[in-house]
Amino acid sequence: MRKIFSVILLIIICWGIILSLYKIPFGIPKTKVGEYYLNKGKEETGAANIVTSVVLNYRGFDTLGEVTVLFIAAIGLGAVLATLKKKGKRKVEQASLILYTGCRFLFPLILLFGAYVFIHGHLTPGGGFQGGAIIASAFVLVYLGCRGKRINEVSSKTTESLGGLIFIVIGLIGLAIGGHYFLSNFLPKGELNTLFSAGIIPIIYIAIGFKVGSELAGVIDNLFEES
Amino acid sequence: MIIVVSLLIILMLISAIAALIFKDLISAVIAACMVSLIASILFYFLHAPDVAMAEASIGAALVTVIFIIAIRRTKRHEE
Repeated sequence: MRKIFSVILLIIICWGIILSLYKIPFGIPKTKVGEYYLNKGKEETGAANIVTSVVLNYRGFDTLGEVTVLFIAAIGLGAVLATLKKKGKRKVEQASLILYTGCRFLFPLILLFGAYVFIHGHLTPGGGFQGGAIIASAFVLVYLGCRGKRINEVSSKTTESLGGLIFIVIGLIGLAIGGHYFLSNFLPKGELNTLFSAGIIPIIYIAIGFKVGSELAGVIDNLFEES
Repeated sequence: MIIVVSLLIILMLISAIAALIFKDLISAVIAACMVSLIASILFYFLHAPDVAMAEASIGAALVTVIFIIAIRRTKRHEE
């Protein structure tokens, strides 16, 4: 009986979705704003990567919300796991020689790649979030290969807070002297397609990269501490 | 091109179904990781390299690690 009822419910929901979707012409832009970004984005923001110019310039305030959501999630996980924390040190098994050597060899290279991704966020695909995630995955490798090594909690928290603070302070400076909105670009835009271009965008992406990297590394650290 | 994309989508569907029906949770997590990995390849083919990077680094790497740690601390097999 329950199965028949759920199948009937599923059919009704499917019918509703089909009815509401089949008249929408897919692939035809219905708003002008996307076209505007594609045509004017490079001149207005000075960033060669249009995705970055939307994420940090036109929709910078939303990015602040995104960063805040990640921050709150990390804080919540830390608060939940802090109540379960065991006292005292436990014996750790050493990783095999191959994993240990590979980890020591790859860790700086992965860090370098992550830094490249977020420093060049305004020129090539990628940015603060992706670079931060790559840096956090480098720390995962350290936790797997060089057991017993831990990140310094104070410095990771300091980096995280500084990243968020730089983001907000630059946004407020832009609000005060640049224009009439949060995160307006008050620095010179420079030449398109060079590293020192696009005004505040690379600075903010570097701050976000450090913030996301230390946050996700902190999440991984919290989880590994108990297992 | 369309054949490659269709093959990738079929592989993605198979691994998604496998993630649902596996009783061993580690295998299910690896299958879910496969879904993310193929999704990131598809994003790349659809000219969205930014999203592809985010999907590959977060969806395929970090989420898998977090799930595996969680499984190690609970139970590995589903009844």
